[in-house]
Amino acid sequence: MASNGTTIKTTHGGHCHSGTLALDLPKDCEKIVLVGNPNVGKSVFFNYFSGLYVDVSNYPGTTIEISQARYGDNAIIDTPGIYGVSSFNDEEKVARDIILSADKVVNVVDAVHLERDLFLTLQLIDMGLPLVVALNFMDEAEEQRLKIDVDLLSDLLGVPVVPTIAVKKAGLAEVEKALSEAREGRQDPFLHKKLHEMLSRVGSQPEALMVLEGDPYVAARHGVSPGLDREEIYVRRRERVNDIVSHVVIQEVTVSDTIRQKLGKLVLSPVAGLPILALILYGLYEFVGVFVAQIVVGITEKTIMQGHWEPFIRSVIEPIVSQKTSIGTILIGEFGILTMTVTYLLGLLLPLVLAFYLALAVMEDSGYLPRLATLVDRMLSSIGLNGRAVVPLILGFGCVTMATITTRLLGTEREKTIATAILQWAIPCSAQLAVITVLLAAIGGPYILLYAGFIFLVLVAVGTILSKSLPGESSPLLIDLPPLRLPRLGNVIRKAFTRAYGFMKEATPWFFVGALVVSVMQVTGMLNAWANLWAPVTTGWLKLPKEAATAFVMGLVRRDFGAAGLYAMHLTAAQTVVALVTITLFVPCIASLMILFKERGLKQAIPIWLGSWVLAFGLGGILAQILI
Amino acid sequence: MCLDQVKAGEEVVIKKIPDSMAKTQFIRFGIGEGSTVICHSKIPFGPVVLRKNHQEIAIGRELARKIVVERKSNGK
Repeated sequence: MASNGTTIKTTHGGHCHSGTLALDLPKDCEKIVLVGNPNVGKSVFFNYFSGLYVDVSNYPGTTIEISQARYGDNAIIDTPGIYGVSSFNDEEKVARDIILSADKVVNVVDAVHLERDLFLTLQLIDMGLPLVVALNFMDEAEEQRLKIDVDLLSDLLGVPVVPTIAVKKAGLAEVEKALSEAREGRQDPFLHKKLHEMLSRVGSQPEALMVLEGDPYVAARHGVSPGLDREEIYVRRRERVNDIVSHVVIQEVTVSDTIRQKLGKLVLSPVAGLPILALILYGLYEFVGVFVAQIVVGITEKTIMQGHWEPFIRSVIEPIVSQKTSIGTILIGEFGILTMTVTYLLGLLLPLVLAFYLALAVMEDSGYLPRLATLVDRMLSSIGLNGRAVVPLILGFGCVTMATITTRLLGTEREKTIATAILQWAIPCSAQLAVITVLLAAIGGPYILLYAGFIFLVLVAVGTILSKSLPGESSPLLIDLPPLRLPRLGNVIRKAFTRAYGFMKEATPWFFVGALVVSVMQVTGMLNAWANLWAPVTTGWLKLPKEAATAFVMGLVRRDFGAAGLYAMHLTAAQTVVALVTITLFVPCIASLMILFKERGLKQAIPIWLGSWVLAFGLGGILAQILI
Repeated sequence: MCLDQVKAGEEVVIKKIPDSMAKTQFIRFGIGEGSTVICHSKIPFGPVVLRKNHQEIAIGRELARKIVVERKSNGK
């Protein structure tokens, strides 16, 4: 069988039932599914098999991207990295469904971490799926002086095992060749009887195993009750893995820690860990906050979009619809959907989102991210989150909308609620942060500290109160720390672009909706009416000029607009701090609001949204009474 | 004693993991009741990092407090 990704099939005779993913496949195609633990180099295998035409799409109902491609007459499908097949989180559910639909599985395992990885392998074998095992990172195993008896491993598992060094392309062709020999491995005899019983009720062995292991979703699909023996099955499987590993792997000599292991220890040590963290955060700030947010955005937003795109589109539209008419204002006016919105999306948001996803991918692929989660776990657990929440919180400083979507990776609903509320209330996004920085820089040191300290205090207070008042318990940190590795550029870029694309696709329509709403408000005079309506609060309670209310309504649409609206006003230093605190705590942009409603549902979204009004005007006002 | 009292560098045997969800996850990572592990490092007031062969796992302090371990009497 040869990799033949460039063949374009024109027949539309039938479609391969590939779960719910949309790839046009012939009827009799085989689905080859790539499965493995996180960080085992699976993507290199996928790229080798897939050829040119890769379809990357979100798995229905999730933000989890699934790559699939033609492989000759067959299909090759990638799955998210998992430690076992079950339904503990979104990634596992997606992987589970793809695996359940697989005809053949290529299981990539890390030769250095066989004890961990073979658990999944044996589970796949117990599912009765035809399997080929790719034993990856053979070079690292050698570096650790681990000797692995590949033939014995293949005998014990009952499936072909191919040693590989994927990044050097070693063994990939052999894996491809072994595909035709993929077969069911040696299953646990103890499970056999139970599986047989369940098989008659659910019809397929992989699904029968899922039900026996207590998977509530698969059980529900077949109208049976989930099994209660998960722990027993898992313990037995663990014993089988340990037994196999003890026969197959020999540690030749105990080697002293490699540089990578020493570094891995260093980043977690109390003395060096925090300075390294500070250095990385500083590097992140220099890259995203200075290089991209100022230099790159300066070119994309000012020079390209405002310098060329906006004059161009105005010159095209102006002869047809004058900018002075209502429709003209909506199309090409100050907040026009063809001017401001397009500039904002392509000139500002896209470079920033891409930069954040690049930084995130580097931290992920290097293995630093789980260590960062470990370092900050204590801090985050005091506000009802665990270390893993560091990802959405960092992303929040880039774009709150993007960050709100990533709260899906958190373990419980409770954590998702807390993280979302903190993001929506107390984390200023990069667009807003840029304007805030300029305004703060003008009034000097003590006020900067006052602003930052106050917002931080609000963040901690809000988190603590939510954590104390929300029912239930947050999930504890329990994560695998992969070895530190130099990230591969191609992988980092591919990951960042895929995610940035997915985000832009999801958020773009809402930015247009938001711009439309404000344009209409401006044209109909509602914007002015609004400012007058809020005048008592703005002037009386917040002690700001009346026009500040316009800034707040603009803040409804785009967070930085709110802050930018303050530029033109002549505010005292104390007024600036009050205004900035209010605008920071005030509702996030309209795109973020839409995602908030989508992610958390009406019942949570409305209190979170209204809460930000109370927080912003309440705390802003209190600060005003003290300062002004 | 419990896992949160273990010092960095000490070798211990896992005796009991009461939380069923955590136990499942531990088993997948390669650590079960009866496994011998080394405390790789400890974040002050924070997670305990365990190491077994080449596998490293970070465990939040609250969870570590619930896991019963026993010091290896004559550590290698």
